[in-house]
Amino acid sequence: MTYPAALRYTKDHEWIGVNGELGTVGLTDHAQSQLGDVVFVELPKSGAKLEAGKPLGTVESVKAVFEIYAPASGEVTEVNDDLANAPEKINQDPYGAGWLVKLRLSNRAEITGLMDAEAYESYLAGQGASC
Amino acid sequence: MGKIRKASTHVNQNEGLIFEKSSPGKRAFDLPQLDVPAVDPQKALGVHYRAGGVGGFPEVSEIEALRHFTRLSTWNYAIDLGMYPLGSCTMKYNPRVNELVARLDGIATEHPLQPEDLSKGCLRILRLLETCLLEITGMDAITLQPAAGAQGELTGLLLIRAYLQSQGNARSKVLVPDSAHGTNPATAVMSGYLVENVKSDSDGQIDVERLTEQVTDDVAALMITNPSTLGIFEQRISEIAEILHTRGAFLYMDGANMNALAGVTRPGDFGVDVMHLNLHKTFSTPHGGGGPGAGPVAMKKILEPFRPVPVLVEKEEGELALDEARPRSIGRVKAFSGNFGVLVRALAYILAYGPGIRQATEDAVLNANYIRKHLEGIFELRYSLPSMHEVVFSDALQKQKGINTMDIAKRLIDYGFHPYTTAFPLIVPGALMIEPTESESKEECDLFIEAMRAIAQEAALVPELVKQAPHSTRIGRLDEVAAARKPVLRWKGSDSSA
Amino acid sequence: MRYLPKSPIERQDMLAAIGAKSVEELFSRIPVRHRLREALKLPGPYSEAELIEYFKDRSRENSLGYSSFLGGGIYRHLQSVITETVIQRGEFLTSYTPYQAEISQGTLQAIFEFQTLMCQLTGQEVANASMWDGSTATTEAVLMAERVTKRQRVLVAYSLHPQYRDVLRTYVRNSQLQVEEIGFGGDGRIDLEALEASLREDVAALVVQSPNFLGVIDYSPELAERVHRAGALLVVAVSEGVSLGVVRAPADADIVALEGQSFGLAPSYGGPYVGVIATREEFVRQMPGRLAGQTADAQGRRGFVLTLATREQHIRREKATSNICTNQALCALAATVHLTLLGKEGLRELAEQNLSKAHFALGELTKIPGIRRAFDAPFFNEFAIVLPQPVETVNRRLLTHKIIGPLALESSYPTLGRHALVCVTEITSRKQIEELISALRTVLAPDP
Repeated sequence: MTYPAALRYTKDHEWIGVNGELGTVGLTDHAQSQLGDVVFVELPKSGAKLEAGKPLGTVESVKAVFEIYAPASGEVTEVNDDLANAPEKINQDPYGAGWLVKLRLSNRAEITGLMDAEAYESYLAGQGASC
Repeated sequence: MGKIRKASTHVNQNEGLIFEKSSPGKRAFDLPQLDVPAVDPQKALGVHYRAGGVGGFPEVSEIEALRHFTRLSTWNYAIDLGMYPLGSCTMKYNPRVNELVARLDGIATEHPLQPEDLSKGCLRILRLLETCLLEITGMDAITLQPAAGAQGELTGLLLIRAYLQSQGNARSKVLVPDSAHGTNPATAVMSGYLVENVKSDSDGQIDVERLTEQVTDDVAALMITNPSTLGIFEQRISEIAEILHTRGAFLYMDGANMNALAGVTRPGDFGVDVMHLNLHKTFSTPHGGGGPGAGPVAMKKILEPFRPVPVLVEKEEGELALDEARPRSIGRVKAFSGNFGVLVRALAYILAYGPGIRQATEDAVLNANYIRKHLEGIFELRYSLPSMHEVVFSDALQKQKGINTMDIAKRLIDYGFHPYTTAFPLIVPGALMIEPTESESKEECDLFIEAMRAIAQEAALVPELVKQAPHSTRIGRLDEVAAARKPVLRWKGSDSSA
Repeated sequence: MRYLPKSPIERQDMLAAIGAKSVEELFSRIPVRHRLREALKLPGPYSEAELIEYFKDRSRENSLGYSSFLGGGIYRHLQSVITETVIQRGEFLTSYTPYQAEISQGTLQAIFEFQTLMCQLTGQEVANASMWDGSTATTEAVLMAERVTKRQRVLVAYSLHPQYRDVLRTYVRNSQLQVEEIGFGGDGRIDLEALEASLREDVAALVVQSPNFLGVIDYSPELAERVHRAGALLVVAVSEGVSLGVVRAPADADIVALEGQSFGLAPSYGGPYVGVIATREEFVRQMPGRLAGQTADAQGRRGFVLTLATREQHIRREKATSNICTNQALCALAATVHLTLLGKEGLRELAEQNLSKAHFALGELTKIPGIRRAFDAPFFNEFAIVLPQPVETVNRRLLTHKIIGPLALESSYPTLGRHALVCVTEITSRKQIEELISALRTVLAPDP
């Protein structure tokens, strides 16, 4: 499994990539492998206000539902509409085509509190997760 | 690999969707001649008129209709064919005489709004069933209205809420064990309560010491299943009741597992305040592929004034009536009254046994323990306290070769059985929940044991055989992912618009 | 006992295998003080013959031999022997919920066909595999509208079945939902002025029944349009499903809550019946109840499975769309068989017969001095009349003629004194209608 160095990670297995004021959010490789085949994603609309640590939506497999938590606070600027027809992108390309939402960050300082790739991998190992 | 004694493959008929067999002009039903002047529907209805009937509706002959559904039926497993070892479902024999009595003229034909004077037979049936269920549960009052267990749960919680409200504070929380059936927390939320989980201890029983801390003045009730969903009797149940009662809270019992208790012990005697029964489980009414059921709610006197309307009352001279004037009632939970046809079947079941109903319970517990004895050591038994009418194993041993409970269940189909309950209760990861009921002979139990042992061997020696199961069915494992991603929930021919 | 497949020897053998000396041992975890020492006091045991005799005796204490003009949400219609033959097959009657799809394809395909029929009838895009009945289906439709719109006011037609309104009240009492009733006008239809006054931006839905409890057809696309302009949903409850054979479908409604008892199910003194929720595809994930979906196995063979289970209680638990688990599957199957037998032409003809019979009865009734029609609007097989005497009195006397008279409306609608709801279906013979007329003339004649 891969954990791109450029991204930051949460304990709930979301990732965020920051580019200036904008952040892109998605689910990690670990998350998608735990979940199994994704059948449905529920995402907020453009303009929605996100709060770090609060749920922004849900992701479903055939037999389970999980909340997706916002890694950072801000306003949603773009939502990945492809996922409505092709939720499998989350499984196939979790860091690329499987992105969930883009947001305008309201507090960049929050990012520093998140784990980097190495820390996330240690976190997973500590959890007993094998990749 | 293992020798399968219970089942063989046999050719069965294919059959498409009824819409695919339709052709304009075919009909399966003739109406009697109209004996009044025909009205022009266009004139009578104006803009509301639907010309040409319902688009896309089937057009087939009587024989095609009969063959269609008969062929479909042959694709199903059923209790009439063999055991369903489904834990928590109590798939017992559905006595056929119950079907006859429920269909009698003068029983099936009665309209719920007809005068009570012309419904004395129905009211007597309701009264007798009430009396019997009160005797079985050890409770003071009962309602036969709820249409299913989940609706019974809702009714029970609404009764509790109404009482607490009458005392000035409805409270805000309901405690639900982590081993509970999903309807329990779903119902608690529908009744306007927040759900707080209660952890099980290392024996799979309610952790009574932790429970004591959790029962505050803000807790309305604990929803318990007894025996638990592990099939184990909650030995400290009256202590649990005490703890709740001291804080003014109620003990609600999910009666799904009454098949372990009927005639042997009574929930009313060990501290339960209110409970529902599943007539389609303990009381033999047929599952019919998913219902109808009925979920009567029995309660202690304290909750009686809040019963849903209508309430069956006995007037002077023993006359029965349905009373709607109940000022403290929680209201109606269902239009008309309960699932009367289901209630008739349950009463017939009880009358067939009479005071000997205990024998059914004993045989159910005997069967479950017999099966447990022969599968212990072959499948992991995480919680090893004595089982009552059901036993819960886990797939931990088989997981070592990559085989899980679902795989084993699918392979069991090849052996001629319906699977047991997989993946529930949640506190046993990879659960195999087995409940034979009293309706299974020693022979059927032995065949089941033989099958499970054979599959355990296969899991160790030829895991792929188990992983790819079932091999003997009309179709293999279906693509549930595609079904959920792109749901196709109806047939869409060319003529399917209204 | 004939339902128990054990001989005394077999019980002994099994106990020996377990290592228990008696069955009592198997109950040893139950504290002694809770264990019953005596057998329960229950009547019986009854043999098969005695059971039949008991219920036959009860059947003779009911309404056999009376003709009936009662409707009010439950309708007497022709049934078919074929339906009973099918649903009494053990593979349907005694099978479980189709969670194991490979050995439940019969049930699953039948559900898929049921869902299709319900969509065709109602003009909606998706329908579920059943709810408990029309009253709970209507209630769940309201809760669904709340989830979809995230609004908390619901307008409910006063002419929605009184018992459906009762059930809704029971369910929403402990939620944030506020329910407001909208009255009906002189023609029995929903009062549009009162509706407009209440249709504000905080309304989740309007619930109307069509034909409504007064027998009057109350749905129209124009009504749907009004409701949609306020951003609300239109929920249409249908308690007489046969009406859809000749009355246009509520296709512009957002959610239809149907009672399917009319599709071949016996009145059976209160149940079991079958409810359905049908709606737009976009709302499917907010819909409660089971759903059967089409899919394929690895060899490409078509099959059906329960799907979108993440809406339901066994997965979502406290966040489920509903707590419903057991539904009314066998009743839905009966409806499926019945509608298949009727078919397109049969249902149309059946509905037209109902219309003709009801119009004939109305014509004859209004010829009786003192009886007039209550609401001048299109109806199906039920209509309200006004009697010159209290309905209870009239009905009491009709009983001596072995006629169960029409439903008195005053107890549910205090302003409708002396109003009675007459129901006439295809099974009401002309002779029975004429007997009603003649009996009424006698009953209403001035005393000599």
